Amino acid sequence: MSVEVSNLSFSYGDRLIIDKINFYVEDGQLISVLGPNGVGKSTLFRCILGLLRDYTGKIFLTGKDIKKLSTGEMAKLIAYIPQSHYPSFNYSVFDMVLMGTAVQISSLSSPGKKQIELVNRALDKMGIYHLKERGYMQISGGERQLVLLARALVQEAKILVLDEPTSNLDFGNQIKVMLQIKNLAKEGYTIIQSTHNPDQTFLFSDKIMAMKGGRIIKYGKPDDIISNDLIQSLYDVDVEIQSLYDDKIRVCIPCDAI
Amino acid sequence: MKLHRKNEITVFILGILLLLLIIISFRLGRYPVNTKELVGILASNFFKIEKFWPEQMETVLYNIRLPRIALACLVGCCLSVAGASYQGVFQNPMAAPDILGASSGAAFGAALAILNYGSSREITLSAFFFSLLTVAIVNFISKRARGKNILGLVLSGIMVSSLFSAGTSFIKLVADPNDQLPAITYWLMGSLSGTKKEDVLFVILPMTMGLIPLFLIRWRMNVLTLGDDEAKTMGVNANQIRLIVIICSTLITAASVSVSGMIGWVGLVIPHLSRKLVGNNYKHLIPASMLFGAIFLLLVDNVSRNLLTTEIPLGILTAFIGAPFFLYLITRRGESY
Repeated sequence: MSVEVSNLSFSYGDRLIIDKINFYVEDGQLISVLGPNGVGKSTLFRCILGLLRDYTGKIFLTGKDIKKLSTGEMAKLIAYIPQSHYPSFNYSVFDMVLMGTAVQISSLSSPGKKQIELVNRALDKMGIYHLKERGYMQISGGERQLVLLARALVQEAKILVLDEPTSNLDFGNQIKVMLQIKNLAKEGYTIIQSTHNPDQTFLFSDKIMAMKGGRIIKYGKPDDIISNDLIQSLYDVDVEIQSLYDDKIRVCIPCDAI
Repeated sequence: MKLHRKNEITVFILGILLLLLIIISFRLGRYPVNTKELVGILASNFFKIEKFWPEQMETVLYNIRLPRIALACLVGCCLSVAGASYQGVFQNPMAAPDILGASSGAAFGAALAILNYGSSREITLSAFFFSLLTVAIVNFISKRARGKNILGLVLSGIMVSSLFSAGTSFIKLVADPNDQLPAITYWLMGSLSGTKKEDVLFVILPMTMGLIPLFLIRWRMNVLTLGDDEAKTMGVNANQIRLIVIICSTLITAASVSVSGMIGWVGLVIPHLSRKLVGNNYKHLIPASMLFGAIFLLLVDNVSRNLLTTEIPLGILTAFIGAPFFLYLITRRGESY
């Protein structure tokens, strides 16, 4: 379930958004993409997900060139978890998760017993089984995010792409959602997520991809690459990296605030 | 699933209500038919029964009431299914069957045929043809529009619609004010009066051709309501499903409008009432809209042909019910569906 990107460039008109990116993500890794707004994270994700087709370079999912894959074949390899959102119509949590099984059944049929069973298991795994008859718009942001995660699970793709999964969530929900994501990585899912919180990346990621100006400027283990210099160059903020509990965890402390 | 079970029961009850209403509708009308005679005539199709009713009564039932009831049910069913489907694939709760100009095209076609002293058959055909043509033009233009797919479709729908409406107005201007103009005006108000067997036979084919695919792909429409990108990442080809829905909905809308004239509001109001009843899941929403639409239009048509001695055009009655409901929709606080 690897992701390989080689020489990827993308531009809207003559505005270059992604500039010759190369990286490789191994099986079962949790990657956090760090970088300020407008740096090309979302565009990179949209390329990997097959939503933007006119890029140059190559993208391989588990060794297959995605330009040669159909929409259905893609969906079996890679699932997308958007930021928790409000769709035009309110669905029950159960129906929302059930939609993830669309790729398994023909266009002319509705999900059957097997799909319903899958949904129940995914809801249970995310700890939101009790919400299954509630309306998706009536639950909290954190719960919505877990619903979207469950929906990605029933899609049965092993690569997950998450767009800022913890933005707009309160502190408790951020941790809940991140723990679920970390567990999934342990189970062997390959996960690529974008984030704005460097502290979280120490806790919850195997590797960090730091992006700036459409390029990857650093790629590696959080402990190795997160430094004052990196944060300074990404976000223009001075930080001091503190290590806690015998270096089991590190935090970034903004210098100006002390 | 408790919720799904409840919805299935709701759909079943709607079916029973429709059947009851159909039977009652057979009895309603200027020519009195009592229940015993009605049951006798209907049962004589299946069993050998000695005739105890006048021949004329059988003619009234089969040649006048049956086609009219059938058409009211079909048109109501088609308009509300088309509305419900469009709301899904355009991710827009305010979408209605004429969002892509099917109605204004039909109106233009009908007006054109009336201007040329067409027979009622020619008026129907012309309305049907122009309805399909309008949506085809809208689709063609939206393909050339840059930017968002859906927005392009809806905008070109509005523009082409207003072009055809201007065309209709122009025809009204040059039409003979003694006979043509009233005929056009009356057609535009929408009515099922004077429905003949041939009308039903004409629309039944395009209607089934549109309704069956819509019914089959109904669950997939759910995924489209999440937006094209999300649908694609879930393995659903949004453009393909949307095209199927547009083709099928256009067929059934064009067929409906060509025989009934402009009947507004059904396609907007009934899907929303159905959403209230069974929720937004298209698996149940489509069958509920079909049945509810048929019930509603049959009910309104019964009022239209029985309330006063002259028939009240359907379009007027549906607007009387539709407009207040629309106001309720936009002023309602909070959201529940």
